[in-house]
Amino acid sequence: MNTGKRLMQKSLHIDPGKCTGCLQCEMACSLDNEGAFNPAKSRIKVFDFHAEGRFVPYTCTQCAEAWCMKACPVDAISVDTLTGAKVVSDALCVGCKVCTIACPFGTINYNQTTGKVLKCDLCGGDPECAKACPTSAITFIDADWTGLERMRDWASKTDSGTRAEA
Amino acid sequence: MARYVIVGAGPAGVIAAETLRQQDADGEIVLLGGEPEPPYSRMAIPYYLTGGIEESGTHLRKAQDHYAKLGIEVRQAAVSKVDTGANSLVLADGSALPYDQLLLATGASPVRPPVPGLDLPGVHHCWTLEDARQMADLADPGASVVLMGAGFIGCIILESLLARDVKLTVVEMEDRMLPRMMDQTGGAMIKRWCEDKGTSVLTSTKVTEIKAADGGGLQVVLDSGEQVPAALVVVATGVKSNAELAQDGDIKVDQGIVVDNYLRTSVSNVYAAGDVAQAPDHSTGGWSVLAIQPTAADHGRVAALNMAGVETTYKGNLAMNVLDTAGLVSVSFGRWDGGDGCETAESVDAENFRYMRLVFEEDRVVGALSLGHTDHVGVLRGLIQGDVHLGEWKARLQADPCRIMEAYLGSTLS
Ligand SMILES: Cc1cc2nc3c(=O)[nH]c(=O)nc-3n(C[C@H](O)[C@H](O)[C@H](O)COP(=O)(O)OP(=O)(O)OC[C@H]3O[C@@H](n4cnc5c(N)ncnc54)[C@H](O)[C@@H]3O)c2cc1C
Ligand code: SF4
Ligand code: SF4
Repeated sequence: MNTGKRLMQKSLHIDPGKCTGCLQCEMACSLDNEGAFNPAKSRIKVFDFHAEGRFVPYTCTQCAEAWCMKACPVDAISVDTLTGAKVVSDALCVGCKVCTIACPFGTINYNQTTGKVLKCDLCGGDPECAKACPTSAITFIDADWTGLERMRDWASKTDSGTRAEA
Repeated sequence: MARYVIVGAGPAGVIAAETLRQQDADGEIVLLGGEPEPPYSRMAIPYYLTGGIEESGTHLRKAQDHYAKLGIEVRQAAVSKVDTGANSLVLADGSALPYDQLLLATGASPVRPPVPGLDLPGVHHCWTLEDARQMADLADPGASVVLMGAGFIGCIILESLLARDVKLTVVEMEDRMLPRMMDQTGGAMIKRWCEDKGTSVLTSTKVTEIKAADGGGLQVVLDSGEQVPAALVVVATGVKSNAELAQDGDIKVDQGIVVDNYLRTSVSNVYAAGDVAQAPDHSTGGWSVLAIQPTAADHGRVAALNMAGVETTYKGNLAMNVLDTAGLVSVSFGRWDGGDGCETAESVDAENFRYMRLVFEEDRVVGALSLGHTDHVGVLRGLIQGDVHLGEWKARLQADPCRIMEAYLGSTLS
């Protein structure tokens, strides 16, 4: 298990202020990964805050802690050395769902149809959601400038020892 | 050059060994396992039983040379004694193994209830790969199987037995299934779900004796007087930390080996991790033994960082379980049973087997249960372990407990 160096790697940057809730990202994600327009199977999810008229797209931050990967009992999640993404191997996954409760961000989910789990894998380095977003609410940019810092904060607060990688 | 010795080749021990190597390129790392198998994962056993994976699928790391490449020496050797005065282990063959830093990751063992007949052939725990091989021999389609205990591990085994098409009877002493993971509402739903699938679930029932049946096989006697024939009896009535190794030294032992926030025992160069460790508990402020995979993984990593001199504070044990009972997924976190000063919010849809229960202390979520929900359940961990203050989101969650993800995003991203 090598959590990989994030140097020169890019990550998804999400600016909820620009999101209009059009769901193009969910469509693109499910089409590319599941072969059908099926937002329920999308790995990126747009949350609708009716009261404030606000939308927040949200997905795995490829966090340095990689709680999902470390909790997996059969080594089915590994780091893509090219992109830094934590990627699930369907061949190895037994569907135990431990990763789905270990990820404190709720971004790895069980898929009852396949008996495996779904998470963002950065599409191998060219994320469909970012390409599909018409307002640039989702962009794919250099990793040291990330708008998902607050989500990562939680992870780094829990122990100081491994923060250097974040 | 430091010599690190790890006793136990389960997830806690393996993750500790790998973490040590990340932190210390030169140190000597010895990983001792007590079973004649490559390091494997107990919790993958049910998937071996269902035929979903081969034995090799249970191995914690798949590449044959994984450990050698990392310079981790894996040895099959049972440890019989820890001599903290001499900083040395005594192995079963009598030889000594000195250490500079020691990690005890010896896991837990199944508890054997005081029921006559448990030593008969055909009665098994479901704990080791060897147990699983023997169970697999007996659990043929149509065979009568009695499962003693419907706790978390019992229910996981239940799932894999059902997948083998056996004729299953579940006997649970307490008044519901999953007494330590589910409340009455959830436990009753799971029981009804199982019965709908044709499994007989006897709650508030005890096995009083197991006898050899005349024509071969077993006869399971219940306190109701009823007798159930069985080709296989599986005993899943709780687990207990393997703390014996620590017992005769000056290492403090209670329910398990007691450790501090750095996973260190009362002896400064001895650490403990996983099912054997009794660690600070995030929910209660006390100490607890949590025999679950995510805890073993976290312990192994934090213990190793501290052993290598990278001071790292453990965030505290948080109970978390996810279970699939013949397609019904249930989840529990933290203080789901509430208690003094707690408020609760529930959403129950018994007909569709959907349930969500949140427990609040002031404006934080401290515990949760869910049934029939699979999306974003991990965020409950984030809410609880992150001590997220919900502010105005508390009232919204009380109105609709299923909006956990919105509550998390709303409270942390503002
Ligand atoms: C059937 C089953 C299903 C499970 N399902 C789940 C689940 O769905 N979710 C979940 O969170 N948890 C589950 N668990 C629990 C989970 O497997 C354990 O919490 C986890 O394995 C603990 O890891 P560990 O490293 O602490 O100990 P273990 O995995 O028990 O490893 C202990 C190691 O120590 C060795 N050892 C012990 N004594 C000695 C000695 N004296 N000398 C040398 N070596 C010794 C053993 O051989 C073993 O290698 C399940 C367990 C079982 C049995
Ligand atoms: S799924 Fe969760 S734990 Fe895994 S890498 Fe993504 S954010 Fe981290
Ligand atoms: S569901 Fe699959 S990827 Fe997730 S922890 Fe289990 S085996 Fe690993």
